Amino acid sequence: MKKYSLNMLLLLFAIGLLFAAHFRVIDSYIQIVVMTVGINIMMSTSLNLVNGNMGEFTCGHAAFMCVGAYVSSVLSVFCYGTKFGEPLLPAASVVIVFPVILLIGGAVAAVSSLLVSVPSFKTRDDYLAIISIAVNYMIISALENMDFIGGSRGFQGMKDTVWAMVDIFDGPWMMFWVINFTFFTVWLIRRFISSTYGKGVNAICQDEVAAEIMSVNTNKIKIINFMIAAGLAGCAGGLYAHIIGYVNPQSFNILKSTEAMVMVYLGGMGSLSGAIISAIIFTGLLEVLRSQAIVDGLLSPITFMFPDWEPSAGVIKWVLIPLLLVIVMQFRPEGIMGNRELSDVFPRLKKFYRFK
Amino acid sequence: MMAQTQTQAQAQPAPVLEIREMTQRFGGLTAVNNFNVKLEKNQLTGLIGPNGAGKTTVFNLVSGFYQPSEGRIFVNGKPTAGLKPHKVTSLGVARTFQNIRLWNDMTVLDNIRVAQHYWLGYGFFHSVFRSKHYLRREAEIAAEAEELLEVFNLQRFAGELPKNLPYGIQRKLEIARALSTHPKLLLLDEPAAGLNSADIHELIRLIRWIHERFDVSIWMIEHHMDVVMELCSQIKVVDFGQTIAEGTPDEIRNHPAVITAYLGDDKI
Repeated sequence: MKKYSLNMLLLLFAIGLLFAAHFRVIDSYIQIVVMTVGINIMMSTSLNLVNGNMGEFTCGHAAFMCVGAYVSSVLSVFCYGTKFGEPLLPAASVVIVFPVILLIGGAVAAVSSLLVSVPSFKTRDDYLAIISIAVNYMIISALENMDFIGGSRGFQGMKDTVWAMVDIFDGPWMMFWVINFTFFTVWLIRRFISSTYGKGVNAICQDEVAAEIMSVNTNKIKIINFMIAAGLAGCAGGLYAHIIGYVNPQSFNILKSTEAMVMVYLGGMGSLSGAIISAIIFTGLLEVLRSQAIVDGLLSPITFMFPDWEPSAGVIKWVLIPLLLVIVMQFRPEGIMGNRELSDVFPRLKKFYRFK
Repeated sequence: MMAQTQTQAQAQPAPVLEIREMTQRFGGLTAVNNFNVKLEKNQLTGLIGPNGAGKTTVFNLVSGFYQPSEGRIFVNGKPTAGLKPHKVTSLGVARTFQNIRLWNDMTVLDNIRVAQHYWLGYGFFHSVFRSKHYLRREAEIAAEAEELLEVFNLQRFAGELPKNLPYGIQRKLEIARALSTHPKLLLLDEPAAGLNSADIHELIRLIRWIHERFDVSIWMIEHHMDVVMELCSQIKVVDFGQTIAEGTPDEIRNHPAVITAYLGDDKI
């Protein structure tokens, strides 16, 4: 029983969150923040699989999020929206079909990851980084030029699906799905990476030549690893689109990719728990620094000296967070956790959980 | 001619490694020229030559890193043309490297376990859903890896990271990892490089013991002549990609071409 105590705690926490959201203990702003934390956990853990565990340097992760967001949005409008004519499916099926739509979005994103994984057979490091940025731009530009899904004006109508779920039961549905998919992401990555099969990914990171000569099919492992990462990012994109109710190609540009990268490097390369912790810290920081009062308080010594200067929180946030990254890279280049897991830092924790 | 070789191949078991007229060019440089070799089962062979003679290139060609410009390679009678290195490994060729290439941030046990990819027998979905098949295979692989570590007397390092181990142990581990792929042919690229004389004696004992216990042919590149002369029954000498001599240690020791290659000739 003791072995499962952390798992139980997480389950209770998730149920508690759902109840709190249902009975309006936490308002919709906090709900959005919690859901963003979930999506960012999905993004950072999945990118960590490529940049951390495999040691490849890709910085276009938002491209796959974009593919997932658009594919699942279009599908859900086709199935339950009225934008393209009559809904294809009866509204009652939405609870079962919605996760399938998200997974299809993830699957298409996984296939699109071949654009990066096939060049990665022969290229590494900076060159692969350039390829991944190029793929990010390609996907955004392609979507901007597809007029039937809105082009650069963006695409909406996914909220119909969410309303269809609310009609069946009036609860925090999106919160429910975000929590489920976040746990699914961590579960899948953890299982993959701890198997002998998945350890081939670490072998590629540490010495690709030795991996190939020791019978690891490096090309296949690379494709699979990129597919898992991109597929999970695609699911995250689908969730994001349904929470906001609107997607625009430009919201998945290089800035979004950088956010995911910052979370990975902040947390520590190749550390799953590090990626989760840094996603929580990063999203929290973004929200805290949104408040003008807090930013004013932080900058009070400077504004005291220059009384004419009135910093706005929305702008200064993007000075303070990159500055944090500079400081972390200077004094702790391996990130918060290094490449260790939480259980390596606190060995006693091992007794309290069992993720098999 | 063709029919004749086929009947010969049927009459006796195919050689572990056969290289026919292999040539490798890098741009204008001919690194290996018209190289021929036939390694029989359980043979311990040496490949020596001055620096830059093309020895490691031969190993890289055999293990599939390069595709030869000309000529053919057969492992246990099967051609390796067009095969990726991991496929060649599953045909039964394992190798070590001049500079040790272990996975330094993985435990010693995991180093052996990951080398079992060639007969893993399960894929991504098995690993995620932890099927019965997956659990059985993982247990088998772990048991085999532990057994191998025990045979090599490395079990007390099982949980250590290779980078924290002494150099001699790292060498031993790399050889153990290569053997964990059940090779028919083990290619050792300068196994004695960087070892002190005590370690070299240990290494000679180790290689001889491996040769007896694991039923494997060994082909080694080595610069320490005492190691080669003591271990190998056949030695091949290359210089500038050409084979200049071939024979038993005694023949090689007094071969004029070999002495010229290593020490230069009288005409200065």
